[in-house]
Amino acid sequence: MALNSKVPQGPIKDKWTNYKDHINLVNPANKRHIDVIVVGTGLAGGSASATLAELGYNVKAFAYQDSPRRAHSIAAQGGINAAKNYQGDGDSTYRLFYDTVKGGDYRSREANVYRLAEVSANIIDQCVAQGVPFARDYGGLLDNRSFGGVLVSRTFYAKGQTGQQLLLGAYSAMNRQIARGKIEMFNRHEMLDVVIVDGKARGIIARNLVTGEIERHSAHAVVIASGGYGNVYFLSTNAMGSNATAAWKIHKKGAFFANPCYTQIHPTCIPRSGDYQSKLTLMSESLRNDGRIWVPKNMDDVLAIREGKKKPTDLSEDERDYYLERRYPAFGNLVPRDVASRAAKERCDAGYGVNATGEAVYLDFASAIERYGKEQAKIQGIENPSKEKITELGEAIVEAKYGNLFQMYEKIVDENPYKTPMMIYPATHYTMGGVWVDYNLMTTVNGLYCIGEANFSDHGANRLGASALMQGLADGYFVLPYTIGDYLSHDIRTGKIPTDSKEFDEAEKSVKDRIDFFINNKGTHSVDYYHKKLGKIMWDKCGMSRNEQGLKEAMAEIKALREDFWKNVKVPGSANEMNPELEKAGRVADFLELGELFAKDALNRNESCGGHFREESVELEGEQKGEAKRNDKDYAYVAAWEYKGEPADAVLHKEELEFKDIELKQRSYK
Amino acid sequence: MNLTLKIWRQKDSKSKGQMVDYKVSDISEHMSFLEMMDVLNEQLVAKGEEPVAFDHDCREGICGMCSMYINGEAHGPDRGVTTCQLHMRMFKDGDTITIEPFRAAAFPVIKDLVVDRTSFDRIQQAGGYISVNTSGNTQDANAIPISKHAADEAMDAATCIGCGACVATCKNSSAMLFVGAKVSQYALLPQGQVEAADRVRNMVAQMDLEGFGNCTNTGACEIECPKGISLENIARMNRELLKASF
Repeated sequence: MALNSKVPQGPIKDKWTNYKDHINLVNPANKRHIDVIVVGTGLAGGSASATLAELGYNVKAFAYQDSPRRAHSIAAQGGINAAKNYQGDGDSTYRLFYDTVKGGDYRSREANVYRLAEVSANIIDQCVAQGVPFARDYGGLLDNRSFGGVLVSRTFYAKGQTGQQLLLGAYSAMNRQIARGKIEMFNRHEMLDVVIVDGKARGIIARNLVTGEIERHSAHAVVIASGGYGNVYFLSTNAMGSNATAAWKIHKKGAFFANPCYTQIHPTCIPRSGDYQSKLTLMSESLRNDGRIWVPKNMDDVLAIREGKKKPTDLSEDERDYYLERRYPAFGNLVPRDVASRAAKERCDAGYGVNATGEAVYLDFASAIERYGKEQAKIQGIENPSKEKITELGEAIVEAKYGNLFQMYEKIVDENPYKTPMMIYPATHYTMGGVWVDYNLMTTVNGLYCIGEANFSDHGANRLGASALMQGLADGYFVLPYTIGDYLSHDIRTGKIPTDSKEFDEAEKSVKDRIDFFINNKGTHSVDYYHKKLGKIMWDKCGMSRNEQGLKEAMAEIKALREDFWKNVKVPGSANEMNPELEKAGRVADFLELGELFAKDALNRNESCGGHFREESVELEGEQKGEAKRNDKDYAYVAAWEYKGEPADAVLHKEELEFKDIELKQRSYK
Repeated sequence: MNLTLKIWRQKDSKSKGQMVDYKVSDISEHMSFLEMMDVLNEQLVAKGEEPVAFDHDCREGICGMCSMYINGEAHGPDRGVTTCQLHMRMFKDGDTITIEPFRAAAFPVIKDLVVDRTSFDRIQQAGGYISVNTSGNTQDANAIPISKHAADEAMDAATCIGCGACVATCKNSSAMLFVGAKVSQYALLPQGQVEAADRVRNMVAQMDLEGFGNCTNTGACEIECPKGISLENIARMNRELLKASF
């Protein structure tokens, strides 16, 4: 099967406008007869549900949490990008498009990214109209900050809780439609399979997580907005419940899975403290606006700090190695995430890590506090301010900007980051890979759509900061509502989809069989035992740096672990009640397959690009020596995998990427 | 450290619950409270017993899912944190810790420590929104300047995570801090003022219908709120309600 991306013809600037002018529409009276299922209620799923319901479709929305407001989009901290150019610093739709393609290391689809940049400005207008309290300047206009990998200030923010505010905005739009009866909300429900009738997605099988009841739900189209698969690493910044089950189930029913090896390891997270660790906490990238990253220059100081004989504040400026500023003078501490993460790993691998595990670097705000303090002293007309006064004034500014993040850090680590530098280390944060979709956001199954982090389309091999929120809302508010209408226009005479067909019978039976297996398999090991083992394989062999041997080992080890899981996993309780261990078992079973496909994809891609770093593919000489080396001749394609039983047997389909509007060149942040 | 845990166990919403004692050992002071609960649950699974069900998700204090009543305090003894951000360094070796669900008539227990807080959703559905369609065809985001102070105050109210600690801690099981925060966020912004009167009336009516109690100004909610939502929001809601009745 040849992949057809269905990108419209014509110049890139006009594609989306022309597309919208020529698609089929569904008249309002007919929309009342059409049902759409949306799985997931984060920024993508929540905004899609609200918009589809406003348009007049009957929406059924599903969330495993107790309320749509708790989806993990809520944890996004730093901000959302939009090409508003309010700062007059040279921003434009084209520049946002260019930065995103370049940041993604030239592995995304141009037309999708351009559309994303194009609708970005609407998102801000929309959110302000909904009452999202973005940060403002004293003149009453919106404020911006800068994020990694760009040279303009285009990031809108609401303190360090931008994701929360945007999600509450989408949630409020959903609430309005729930109240009108246009969205039927299924909280504490988990989708466990998709139902395909005559080649079209026509419904899902879901489990009521309170009663354990297995339910059938039908619709004319199904939208998957279930987020990424970062928890395949066990430890990540994802929520405990974040999972890949919906995405993996549709993969097994015919949706191709693209670029699973593209994972974002975020450079600024709070380091692991022990084996009991259940998740990792992000410290927003926005901190790199003001924080400087360093490790000691001399090994003696490293050891003294680890032993507690010296404090980081004891080291003078010339005893510190601000390694990002040293290696990348043009972008400094604001290089993209993949570059910053690898640089931290490089220093820690060389032995310069500053905590007991050797896996931590400093993020230091002392310079920023001093700079802001002097600025404030000047503004307030304080002559010859004392050092203490400067610090006091500076800390107040830093608190206003990042107060909640500093508080979060202090609660977890028990150190005051105003007085001593934060310790940070990279952690799994986001997955750029996901379900393959065409320009319409439709998967390789008719009527089955995938939006937000769950799909693969916009971020290539690396996502820029503040672009996940942008993509989730763009897909849900402004893209899917058009593209799905074009498809549903053929369904106006179909009528209600029955749930008593043999396709529903079969899907329900396979779901029930699997649950029965878990409950009846009186094994020896808990679900977490397997999840932690899987996570360790993934982190060690499919983490920040990968090589052929390690990836082959990973595939074999994951396969063996999966086989052991299906023999020896132990799930207490029964199927007909709230049973969190049973929920986890199903999710980990899917991660145990996805992980192997991940390694297979990483093995296939023998080049370094974005978050995917192959040790075999580095620049050997010149200014870029030691940096990742991309191979456009052999790998400028999307790797879309077709399910064939075992993950190892998945079949590769290539979508060749064409770059007509951006010249392919090496990413340089020097 | 070694601890004794007294935990509320309840099979489902219809069964009667009871406190059950458990022991956990080798707990590190750097663990989060929920990581300590993970240790207990792994222990129970290994013994073939049913683990303790509790709500949790983001484990970084923002989703609002976790909801334990620890030693008589919503989210435990620390201030400005949710249960998931509470760390074991707040406890001592040999301590006995009592763990209950958030209790209120409007938050029925589903299982063990898990409660049903959909009453909060229904209050929001009654009017916790601005009635604009999501077409994107609104006016430019900078068309209406909003004073920084108003925007900051709206943001402070909007940081509510909907966890329900205010209700659990209130002797009247009042939800007025939660509702006040949402009413305030919109009342402070020009976009929200258009339908402010209807909003406050409808949300308060739904709040009463759900069985939440009234406010008697003890201020416990503000102290226990993990996000520091100010009592000022309740006063503002009352002013808005008064305004709306003329």
